[in-house]
Amino acid sequence: MQTTGKAKEFRAGRKRQLFLRRLSPLLTILLLLLLWQAVADRQIIPRILVPPPADVYAAFTTALADGVLAKHTMTTLGEMMYGLLFGVGVGLVLGYAIAKAPLLEYVLSPIIVAFQSTPIVAYAPLLIIWFGTGPSSKVVTTAVIVFFPALVNAIVGIRSVSPPLRDLMRSLNAGPWRTFRLLELPAALPVILAGLKTSATLAVIGAVVGEFVGSGSGLGVLVIMARSQYNTPLVVVTVLTMTVIALSLYGLVALVEWRLLDWQRRAAS
Amino acid sequence: MRFSVENIEVNFPAPAGDLLPALGPISFEVADDQFVCLLGPSGCGKSTLIRVLAGLLPPSAGAAYCDGELIQHPLAGAAIMFQDTNLMPWRTVLDNIALPLEIAGMSRPERYRAVRKLLPQLNLENFELAYPAELSGGMAQRVSLGRVIVQQPRVWLLDEPFAALDALTREALSLELLRLRARSLQTIILVTHDINEAVLLADRVIVMSRRPGRLVADIPIDLPRPRLAEMIYQHEFLQLAKQIRGCIEDQRA
Repeated sequence: MQTTGKAKEFRAGRKRQLFLRRLSPLLTILLLLLLWQAVADRQIIPRILVPPPADVYAAFTTALADGVLAKHTMTTLGEMMYGLLFGVGVGLVLGYAIAKAPLLEYVLSPIIVAFQSTPIVAYAPLLIIWFGTGPSSKVVTTAVIVFFPALVNAIVGIRSVSPPLRDLMRSLNAGPWRTFRLLELPAALPVILAGLKTSATLAVIGAVVGEFVGSGSGLGVLVIMARSQYNTPLVVVTVLTMTVIALSLYGLVALVEWRLLDWQRRAAS
Repeated sequence: MRFSVENIEVNFPAPAGDLLPALGPISFEVADDQFVCLLGPSGCGKSTLIRVLAGLLPPSAGAAYCDGELIQHPLAGAAIMFQDTNLMPWRTVLDNIALPLEIAGMSRPERYRAVRKLLPQLNLENFELAYPAELSGGMAQRVSLGRVIVQQPRVWLLDEPFAALDALTREALSLELLRLRARSLQTIILVTHDINEAVLLADRVIVMSRRPGRLVADIPIDLPRPRLAEMIYQHEFLQLAKQIRGCIEDQRA
C-alpha cells in the first residue's frame, strides 16, 4: 500500500506522543529523587528520619555485597510464588465451579466474604500458630490474600461467556473439554488476567504481613531488624526492594496479557 | 433431510411465576431439499422454533422429527447461522470458519486447507488473518456463512442471518446464499421478517402469527430458478408478496 506524506507525518506525530507517554513515569521518579536529595542536602529533616539517597545507595551495596538482601529476597519471593500458585490455582478452579453451579455460591459465599473482609493482619497470628514460623505460614497468608481476586474474576469471566456462542458450541456437539478450551477460557481470559494483575501486587503484601507477625527470614523480617538497629537506609532499601518485586510481577502479568490479547488491541485500533 | 413438526408449543417461565406462551401450537412438514422461509412479526417465536429444530431447546409440548427421528439433541448434519454474526472475537477469520472442523477433530493444516478453498467464494481471501472487529457487517456475516458451509451440512437453519445489514448488502448476500447453495442441494429453513427476502429465496413461505406464533398461511413460491435480483419487479413476484402481506394484515385486524 502507498503511504502518503501526510499519513507518514501523522504516524510520526503519534509515535512521538507514545514515546512521551512512556517517558513520563520515569520523569516523575527522577523528580522525586531530586526532591529527596534537596531535602537531605538542606537538613530540613534529620538524617535518621530521611537518609540522603547516597546513604541509601551505600546501604544497598553493603546489603548486596554481604548477601543479606539476596537471602531475604529469595525467602520472600519463594513464599510469594507458592502462595500465588496455591491461591490463584484454588481461586480459579473454585471460581469456575461457582460460575457453573450457582448453588455453590450460596453455600460458600459467607465463608469467602468473611475471609475477605476480615483484615489479614488480624488473623495472620492465627495462621502463624497453625502453620509455624517457617515459610509455609507465609505461603498461606499470601495464598489467602491472592485467592479472592482470582476467584471473583474467574466467576465474572466464565459467566460473561455469550449465550449464543454457547449455543453454537452445543450445535457443533462440542464436549465439555472443547467448550472450555475453545470458548470459556479464551472468553474469560481478559477478565482473569485483570484479576491476576491484582493478585500479583497483593502477593507481596501477603508474604510481608506474615513475616511481620513471626518469621526468621524474609524482607518483612529485614525491615524489622533494620528498624530496631536504627538503620533507616536499610529500611528504605528493603521497602524499595518490595516495590520493585511488586512492579516486576505486575509487569510480568501485563506482558503475558499483551502477548495473549493481541486481538483486543487490534480491535481497539 | 426432512422435518416434521407436530403440535409444537414452547412456554417460557414469566417473572410472576406463571408461563408465558412463546410459540404454537404449530405443525408443518418440510420436504427434502426444500428452501422454506418462516416469516412473522418480531417476537412471534420464529427464533424459538429454529432452536427447537436445531435440538437446542426441547419443546414444552409436541414433538419435532428429523428424517423420522425425534429431535432430542443437537442435530448432526445441521448447521445454524445465528441472528448476530456470533463470531469469536479472539479468533481470526480463518480460525472462526475453521471452528466446526477443529471441534470435529481435524488437524490444523487440513482444516486451513478446507477453509482457504472456501474463501474466494466468500470474497474473503485477503482477510483470513483479520479479527471480527476489523470487518464490516457484511463481511462478518460472510464469515458466519462460511462457518456454515464448511460443515457441508445437509440442513441449514438460518435465524434472521442478514437482519442487521443494510438493504443492499442484505439482498446481495441473500443471492450469494442461493449461489453457494446451488452446487449441492440441502434443506434450508430461514427465519425472516422481510417479505421480499422470503419470496426471493424460498420454495415455500410459512407465515406465522404474532406471539404465540401459529401457522397463518403456507404459500408455495413457484418462481423459476435461478432467482435474480430483478425478479422483485416482476408481476408474479409482486402478486406473491402482496398475497403474503395480506395474510399478515388479516391477522392484525
